[in-house]
Amino acid sequence: MAVAAAIPTALPVPAIPVRQILPYAVFAGIISLIALYFVGAEQGALAVFEGTAVHELVHDARHLLGFPCH
Amino acid sequence: MPLTETDAPPASATLTVRSLLVWGLLAGLIGGLLAFGFASAFGEPSVDAAIAIEEAGAGHSHGDDHATQGEHGHGAEPAEEEVVSRAFQSTGGLGIGAVAYGLGLGGLFSLAFAFAYGRVGSLSPRATSLAVAGLGYLAVVLVPFLTYPANPPAVGNPDTIGDRTGLYFGMIAISLALLVAAVATARALAPRLGGWWSTVVGGVGYAVVVTVIAKLLPSFQEVPDGFPGWLLWEFRIASLGTSAVLWAGIGITFAALLQRGLTRTRVA
Ligand SMILES: [Zn+2]
Repeated sequence: MAVAAAIPTALPVPAIPVRQILPYAVFAGIISLIALYFVGAEQGALAVFEGTAVHELVHDARHLLGFPCH
Repeated sequence: MPLTETDAPPASATLTVRSLLVWGLLAGLIGGLLAFGFASAFGEPSVDAAIAIEEAGAGHSHGDDHATQGEHGHGAEPAEEEVVSRAFQSTGGLGIGAVAYGLGLGGLFSLAFAFAYGRVGSLSPRATSLAVAGLGYLAVVLVPFLTYPANPPAVGNPDTIGDRTGLYFGMIAISLALLVAAVATARALAPRLGGWWSTVVGGVGYAVVVTVIAKLLPSFQEVPDGFPGWLLWEFRIASLGTSAVLWAGIGITFAALLQRGLTRTRVA
């Protein structure tokens, strides 16, 4: 690590088999999508929770990340 | 730190989905914080200006039903409707939103990387990270934005929010699916056409199909009369910039963590 300049750019690293990725993809993928949903759409077009607290909290991020808000 | 046991065979590094996910979340955290900084500096002024116009009544597209709906903390209705103060929305709320989005995106990014690495040409791990970030920005941000541009407060009819949200998410999904199809097509054609022409065919094919679909989908013209054009531009450019910072932050941070992790296991 001391010789940073000598770090090779192309390491012989094999691709990960799809079968290994899939369980993680389902699990982490769903959780990640939920995070994106709460920032992007909750209490706008759709609502899991009552009220407007989530919408107002992430309001400016929702606008600036390009999602329709109102 | 020394003698770290990995499940990799000695002297040759491997990638595990678990470590990719950790790096993806870290990259998402960094990217989210950077996007928060960018949005605070360059996005909030236009959001504030748009809300000022909305409150002054120029944003009349909200109409009378806005008051009855009471859906919005930044509307023209009395301030007591606000659950989260504007001051916090534009600071802490923006930060929480940007970081939560960054974490989610970072997680998905690491999964996309896991699928893409070693399957798209002969790119190194770091180059693959940047390629996923660049193509992801194109397909998930830029093309949906060009189809349904981001709007500041005061722009948008509450009656169409359901349609617009559905179409925006739909456009992201379509664009992403077409990107995957274009990459797969380019890869399949590479042996016959060579890398350059197969990439051109994939890229042009994506552009043509996505443009046709975007033009077939309904569009919405909901900018209120009198809303300043410069403000719309300023907001939209800030929006594209915020996403660019987020995606670049994730791509570069992920690449750096990847390289660090790979060289370290390789040494061990
Ligand atoms: Zn709004």
